Amino acid sequence: MIPSAIWDPEFECMHVDALRELQLERLRKVVRRAWGHVPYYRQKMQVVGVTPSDIKTLEDIRKLPFTTKDDLRLCYPYEAFAVPLEKVVRIHASSGTTGKSTVVGYTRKDMEVWTNVVARFLVAGGLTSKDIVHIAFSYGLFTGGFGLHYGAERVGASVIPVSAGRSERQIQIMRDFGSTALVCTPSYAVYLGELVQGMGLKPGDLKLRVGFFGAEAWSNRVREEIQAKLGLFATDNYGLSEIIGPGVAGECVHQNGMHISEDHFYPERIDPDTCEPVGPDRRGELVLTTLTKEAIPLIRYRTRDICMLMPGTCPCGRTGARMSKITGRSDDMLIIRGANIYPSQVEEVLLDVKGTLPHYQLVVSREGALDRLEVRVEVSEEFFADEMKKLNELDRQIEHKLENVLGIRASVKLVEPRTIERSEGKAKRVLDLRPKE
Amino acid sequence: MIFNKTFECMDRAALRNLQGERLRDAVKRAYEHVPFYRSRLDAHGVKPSDIHGIEDIVKLPFTTKEDFRDTYPFGLFAVPLREIVRVHASSGTTGKPTVVGYTKEDIDTWAETIARTLGCGGGTADDILQVAYGYGLFTGGLGLHYGGEKLGAMVIPMSGGNTKKQIMLMQDFGTTLLACTPSYSLQIAEEAAADDIDLKALKLRVGYFGAEPWTEAMRAKIEERLPVKAIDIYGLSEVMGPGVASECLEQDGLHVFEDHYFPEIINPTTGEPVAAGQKGELVYTCLTKRSTPLLRYRTRDISSLDEKPCPCGRTSRRMARITGRTDDMLIIRGVNVFPSQIETVLMKVEGIEPHYVIVVDKTGALDELEIKVEVSEQLFSDEIRKLEELRARIFEEMRSVLSLSAKITLVEPKTIERTLGKAKRVIDKREVK
Amino acid sequence: MKVRQLSIFMENRAGRLAEIMQSLGDAGINIRALSLADTSDFGILRLIVSQVDKALEVLRKAGHTVSLTDVVAVEVPDHPGGLASVLTPLREAGVNVEYMYAFVEKATDKAVVIFRFEETEAALKVLAGARISVLPAETVYKL
Repeated sequence: MIPSAIWDPEFECMHVDALRELQLERLRKVVRRAWGHVPYYRQKMQVVGVTPSDIKTLEDIRKLPFTTKDDLRLCYPYEAFAVPLEKVVRIHASSGTTGKSTVVGYTRKDMEVWTNVVARFLVAGGLTSKDIVHIAFSYGLFTGGFGLHYGAERVGASVIPVSAGRSERQIQIMRDFGSTALVCTPSYAVYLGELVQGMGLKPGDLKLRVGFFGAEAWSNRVREEIQAKLGLFATDNYGLSEIIGPGVAGECVHQNGMHISEDHFYPERIDPDTCEPVGPDRRGELVLTTLTKEAIPLIRYRTRDICMLMPGTCPCGRTGARMSKITGRSDDMLIIRGANIYPSQVEEVLLDVKGTLPHYQLVVSREGALDRLEVRVEVSEEFFADEMKKLNELDRQIEHKLENVLGIRASVKLVEPRTIERSEGKAKRVLDLRPKE
Repeated sequence: MIFNKTFECMDRAALRNLQGERLRDAVKRAYEHVPFYRSRLDAHGVKPSDIHGIEDIVKLPFTTKEDFRDTYPFGLFAVPLREIVRVHASSGTTGKPTVVGYTKEDIDTWAETIARTLGCGGGTADDILQVAYGYGLFTGGLGLHYGGEKLGAMVIPMSGGNTKKQIMLMQDFGTTLLACTPSYSLQIAEEAAADDIDLKALKLRVGYFGAEPWTEAMRAKIEERLPVKAIDIYGLSEVMGPGVASECLEQDGLHVFEDHYFPEIINPTTGEPVAAGQKGELVYTCLTKRSTPLLRYRTRDISSLDEKPCPCGRTSRRMARITGRTDDMLIIRGVNVFPSQIETVLMKVEGIEPHYVIVVDKTGALDELEIKVEVSEQLFSDEIRKLEELRARIFEEMRSVLSLSAKITLVEPKTIERTLGKAKRVIDKREVK
Repeated sequence: MKVRQLSIFMENRAGRLAEIMQSLGDAGINIRALSLADTSDFGILRLIVSQVDKALEVLRKAGHTVSLTDVVAVEVPDHPGGLASVLTPLREAGVNVEYMYAFVEKATDKAVVIFRFEETEAALKVLAGARISVLPAETVYKL
């Protein structure tokens, strides 16, 4: 354990009774706002016969309908907004299950909340204003880079917005600039750790002290590996762009569960099949309600992430519930190098190439520390050409489109017909060869 | 829209006073807090007390890109590291990048000058700005981003690349302002045309184009294909990033934000100031930058300064479009590339001969970089696989060092002319100069 | 004058070529010429066979991706500079050769080379103009 402070003790350590009161007050407000300003929500509520005045206690939240990624897709681009566009100062987007992305907007106040909740987990994990924060998340529409960037800036640290990729240069910068904090996905941290050793660097060549890793699930074994290889103290954090981005929850230096910023995000856990609540010690799908978000208030958003809640109170003094690491998904989404990938996205790309859908398979494997995505495509006569350059061109074309749509590089492998394993006549869409923890 | 009337429309005499005052402070800070500057000024026989007004700037020695390299990484900082809240970097001539730091105040200044830039092109708080510059250590993306935020516009941090998505967002989100390199705007137009998308139907109205030199002919082309007023913006990371100067809607020279960045034009050979209005090398001094009070930085860009008042009401001098460079730096898709970087990479790779040619060309709107390199006799076998691997390796190394995808062409041994001088190794076929 | 060539998509896996040859052999089909182009992952096997339609049926039935391509069989004088004498008029006429490979057998004392052109018709005209002998398809299948 390393020393750490508390960024926002008034809310992070709020007495549970006061917290529940605050949550209820905010919940009633957000439901009224959604009802009043988002016709889509109002309709959904009317369908199940609930009005804002029905929300009298926190338990009444169960009367409200869930929101899903599909709802957000139907609201694309601005239908889910509860404020006029001139109040929106930032737009981000995450991958959708198909073509159009999921749009998220932020008002000035939402940016303030986001920056603040990120600052909370950074400080909880040991960051101070003296640190030099190396951000190796990509920037852009993805919320990872910007979320951590603004949070670290708020804490008063020096921010190096390195962005993703070019690993040797990352290490050169860490070494030359004396970076003390690292921000990236856990798998990339392992990869950097291996590279550091491979480059023959000694402990002490790097000044890394703390690390904040998120955007994909990881285990304690991986944590130990990262801590040993990079000589830093590693904490986990959780978030999703639909809710706000990183900052929904984060570990403190006790490294035992991620404190949810419950004054902004109200957590429930359900059985994904029955949609009934599950007990704290059982695995369940995390459902989140944004209590303060202005631009896009989300009510009972189904994250599809499976987790548990940690029992007891945390010695750090924070009162927010602690969620365990994510142990699975309740849909077919894959997380590869921090990017969210749906098989349906790959399908769309392939359909787009020749107008017909070949048999295909996503093969996810791990090479060293990094995930690798290979898309196998069976070469039917529609896809075949007698000339090498045309086949190579096809290969490249698919790779290029996939990179554009998925945001990560995938290698395409053209294979002979009927070589992809079928189950009940349908090709098995995903082969995940990554070692299970 | 004039974002900051007080400074942008300041009376010239008052502005010169302000510049003099700020220069005195900058020189004093440089001398007292940057050992590099202290010894440079001492060697030059100048003391901070010799600087009375802005006219005394000519007494100061120049700063060059090499000085950044020699003081790498933080040797030019005038404040302790804990006051630095941001670090950016640009490509250096060889291995090490050029590092720049920012204090909180510097970030504010930077955002302010970019908000002014956006205002110069008519942007307001009600606009939707799509930033298609790359984010990261490159100053383009984050510079425009913070400026858009300062202006109060809605910012879409799209970052570079993925042209189809760029167009989709413009359509779906109703983007009104676009920031990218001028050549990328044409790429967007081409892609849209190929997909039968009518860009004229978009809400787009202003484009802020910089990070590479362009011409009036290109402006005409852009304005014909995209429904925008095309505004030329200028900046470089050593000075601050974008936002050093910007065209207004008159599109007749770039207003320099002179209260922060003081411009001079010198003869690149003698280092002497040129006559008013003459062409020469652009030199900038950062009057207010806290992290690094950069003195007389030689940009290597060729321009001239126009002192005539502008109908827009801004009183600052206007710099002419960049018409060339005084060194061998190439700007390819907005990325600065030095031939020496390419050579450094090639020398590290086994199996190739030290004979190469760099070809820069355009396919459609976009710059293409091709590196032709000779393969050694041993490797030039009929094993395509080995050659493919070698090519892939050079490609990756180049991408890592240059941040650019270059086409790597392996050629047979002894096919590249041996007597090529260094300059002849670069063949720039782009028409735009 | 156009010869029908079979092109088969093939992964670079051990034994793949043998399997294809076996199934053709079992069907009593003779292979007249063959070329293999490959990258690290996959290859294209190109065949000239005695019974094109039957081979096509056999291969498709066995689950292979097959296509038919028109190629041209050109007689090339078997002496130094022989191939150049064929290529020169093509180059002068701006006709591009996609790929070419040599035939195993000879019809006369001349060698036979299979050409795939970007534009087959244009190439045939050039070859006729230069009085270069092109073998009829029937001759090629029976060689």
